[in-house]
Amino acid sequence: MFTKAIPTMLMSPDWLKDGKAGDASAAPLAVRGLTVAYDRRPVLWDVAWDAPARGLVAVVGPNGAGKSTFVKAVLGLVPTVTGEVKVFGRDVRRQRRAVGYVPQRESVDWDFPVSAVEVVAMGRYGRIGWFRPVGRADREAAREALDRVGMSAFADRQIGQLSGGQQQRVFLARALAQDARVYLMDEPFAGVDAATEHAILTVLRDLDRAGRTVICVHHDLGTVRGWFDHVLMLNTRLVAAGPVETTLTDETLKATYGGRMLVG
Amino acid sequence: MELTVQEFLQIDLPALAAAVLACVANAMVGNFLILRRQSLLGDAVSHAVLPGIVGGFLLLGTRATWAMFAGALAAAIFAGVAIEAVRRWGRMEAGAAMGVVFTIMFAGGVLMIEQSAAHAVDLDADCVLYGALEDIIWMAPTGWSSLLLAATWADVPREVATLAGMVLVIGVVVVAFWKELKLTTFDPALASALGIPAGLFHYGLVALTAGAAVASFEAVGSILVIAMLICPAATARMLTDRLSTQVWLSVLFGVVAAVVGYLAAAFGPRLFGVEQSLSAAGMIAVVAGLLLTLAVVLGPRHGVLGRRLRTRSLAQPA
Repeated sequence: MFTKAIPTMLMSPDWLKDGKAGDASAAPLAVRGLTVAYDRRPVLWDVAWDAPARGLVAVVGPNGAGKSTFVKAVLGLVPTVTGEVKVFGRDVRRQRRAVGYVPQRESVDWDFPVSAVEVVAMGRYGRIGWFRPVGRADREAAREALDRVGMSAFADRQIGQLSGGQQQRVFLARALAQDARVYLMDEPFAGVDAATEHAILTVLRDLDRAGRTVICVHHDLGTVRGWFDHVLMLNTRLVAAGPVETTLTDETLKATYGGRMLVG
Repeated sequence: MELTVQEFLQIDLPALAAAVLACVANAMVGNFLILRRQSLLGDAVSHAVLPGIVGGFLLLGTRATWAMFAGALAAAIFAGVAIEAVRRWGRMEAGAAMGVVFTIMFAGGVLMIEQSAAHAVDLDADCVLYGALEDIIWMAPTGWSSLLLAATWADVPREVATLAGMVLVIGVVVVAFWKELKLTTFDPALASALGIPAGLFHYGLVALTAGAAVASFEAVGSILVIAMLICPAATARMLTDRLSTQVWLSVLFGVVAAVVGYLAAAFGPRLFGVEQSLSAAGMIAVVAGLLLTLAVVLGPRHGVLGRRLRTRSLAQPA
């Protein structure tokens, strides 16, 4: 067993009372020996990490360091060579509903004939189950989630008519509508304006306060200190992980990014 | 020559029914293909099933529907695997891999037809390419009242019955798996993350495409089926930003293309005093193409004209 004990008093939201919810004392996310290769070229090598119980986590590293692959491998979206991913002590594949995913904005076709609220409702599909239509409660949850990201006014708009920042907020709302315990987000701050940046950050902090685990791939090293509590530094291998103040140092940055590093 | 009721019921009605059902079956599947940007896959599958159909006939010695479907399904699966293999080991992009596999398989099918015993029976190349909508005949009805008899319906042409079955299957799948089809088409990664097998839905769609192609194959042939697969859905896409509306519209356009196309081919030349008819399947494809052209030009939101007008209204002071 590799689960780390976590003070349970910090983690007692309602969903943990559910019998099938997994082990509340286990780490929200525990990764062991995670190795991924594309065409025999390793992209991730033997990554082991336990997500902290509280605090926003930034996943940083240079281009091609395997940040997106890390997120996808944790979610089981790419084939892994080896590795084990557990969410509250249970295999991630048996905890699908507990893990929310915010993919990169470019990963979908925004020309698709759906409205913002329909996209947000997709976050509920896992819990709705087979052969059932999207019900009233799900639509309400979707509208509520849109409201939380300040997008109520755009609920019925076709997603292609939204700005980049608004699209990113729709993706975030979709994850909120899923009501997961662990959120994995791939560059949620990429290419958004200051207002959206603020809106997203507020939501992420709310999630953290509500006991949810939030892990973001993040490209802007300048904001890691201000926005995040923990950092996971990747360059194919796990270079360092821990609280931002003690982990994000010149040494670890040099080890992660090599010589070409300029940070404030 | 006057058209009698009996003639219409025996010759035109079954052909019309087959055309409508073929267009509806293909239109429904086509929506998801165009949204996945895999229209070419429909093209590939509908061609690649040809050697399977002929092979099924040769091996099993029967033109029964099940033999055709078995052969076609085997060919569709083989094509899927072959495309993947060519793409991976031939280091080709997906479009090129599909192009190579489906043309070769289709060509193989044509050769098989010409060189085999199939030639002697009613499985000739022309029929395969362009269909034989006009050959679908329903002998049972003798007048309008005979349509109320069970015996009349027991004698429905095999092609029409097969197509009706296919429409039913596709309709049920689309309704039953509506939200899964929507999500796996829009965002397969999220679908997988939520535990919905996106890969399975991809192959399911390939199978439905193959099914629609095979069922329509006798009626409209394997070339014109592409028009029915893509045109109605593409036309509908121009006119709406709602997926459910798009699917309904595509079905409507399929029906319109089938009815208008068939009637124009069967009776159009008579209006000009010419006592012959045109290829119905060809005319249906032409009408489907015309509908798409109209939508591209006149579509209020995505159409050329609509976009022009909006740009102009922006330029004017309010």
